[in-house]
Amino acid sequence: MENEKVKSSRRKFLKSAATLAGATIGYTWLKSSQFLLYGAEPEDKTLPWYGIVIDIEKCIGCGSCAKACKLENDVPKEPFFFRNWVEQYTVKNDGSVIIVSPNGGMDGFEQTVPDAETFKSFFVPKMCNHCAKSPCIQVCPVGATYDSPEGVVLVDEKYCIGCRYCVQACPYGCRFIHPVKKVANKCTLCYHRLKKNLAPACMEVCPTGARMYGNLRDKHSELVKFLKEHTTQVLRPHLNTGSKLYYNALSSEVR
Amino acid sequence: MKFYIPPQLTRLAIAFAIFISLFLVLRHFLVPDTFGEYGHYRGASLIDNALPEIHYAGQQACFDCHQDIEDLKKQDVHNDIHCETCHGPGQKHVLSGEAADILKPTGREFCGRCHSTNAAKQISAVFQIDLKKHNVNRNCLECHNPHQPWKMKK
Repeated sequence: MENEKVKSSRRKFLKSAATLAGATIGYTWLKSSQFLLYGAEPEDKTLPWYGIVIDIEKCIGCGSCAKACKLENDVPKEPFFFRNWVEQYTVKNDGSVIIVSPNGGMDGFEQTVPDAETFKSFFVPKMCNHCAKSPCIQVCPVGATYDSPEGVVLVDEKYCIGCRYCVQACPYGCRFIHPVKKVANKCTLCYHRLKKNLAPACMEVCPTGARMYGNLRDKHSELVKFLKEHTTQVLRPHLNTGSKLYYNALSSEVR
Repeated sequence: MKFYIPPQLTRLAIAFAIFISLFLVLRHFLVPDTFGEYGHYRGASLIDNALPEIHYAGQQACFDCHQDIEDLKKQDVHNDIHCETCHGPGQKHVLSGEAADILKPTGREFCGRCHSTNAAKQISAVFQIDLKKHNVNRNCLECHNPHQPWKMKK
């Protein structure tokens, strides 16, 4: 009789101990990976949380942004290192899509498909999407790439080991290995300019105002107003990267 | 009952203690000071990323000296275009004041980057001309003032 009592109380104890341990482990696991479930806003609400809008209808493919980015950030001159580049998409009458980006669009574009064969054509400027759930951060084995408190994805050049996991992981092709420093390099949304209250170089030089950046948390900012009033889309939404680069008037041909 | 620990367990415990303390010592020296300050990264890296010098000074820096150009631009369609879009990075010029440190682009190709016809450019976004037809042998600046493109020179 007494033995039974001991057994049942021991069972109770083990049960509640296991539940408690399970709940603790579950909670800590969920908390640390909640950014995988939804684009978690950073905790420090006093800082801005940056988002970007690119209006495809306004882009005229002058390439000023791509050029300014190279000059501002001392990006290597070779034509295959870009933090920011422009592509021209042309949908022909037969439905085929032609994509060109001569020298990243830095010297402007010449129309390659004659008007008679063109169904529609448009420019797509591309840059880092500064994802809230970025794949590049998740794969970094040493914690050298990270989301800053302002929502800007940055690289720690002193800590990066140049393993190239992040270059492969980025679904938008926005990273490269710096040929001299041998570490990952990418758009920083001109973090050094933001900290001095200056606009990123590409936004500074855009002649038509096709690019916009702003504080997603400030519900009265121009960016949030634009997002409310237009139908915008991010690139590859099915990958659930939490991209914070919104395109206005984006065609489905864009990859 | 006497509590008995087998000797092999004691040895194992000692080995574990040595390995764990070695790991902790190594970790102490290998992990940088500011690691984990804000998240799973070196906090000081935020400062590193804010360090680089700027090359583009921003439009306001231009207008601090070139008030006349600001007034000119205000009256015409190029008002929304910032100076450094055409003149290139200006921080060096802001610091030195030398004319050699800033670009003064000329030539039809330069204007054509924005103003040449292209099916991808919306008509509402930019005024376009066919470079092969529009006053072929003349420079744009002969007729147009880039700060006031619609005020013809002659």
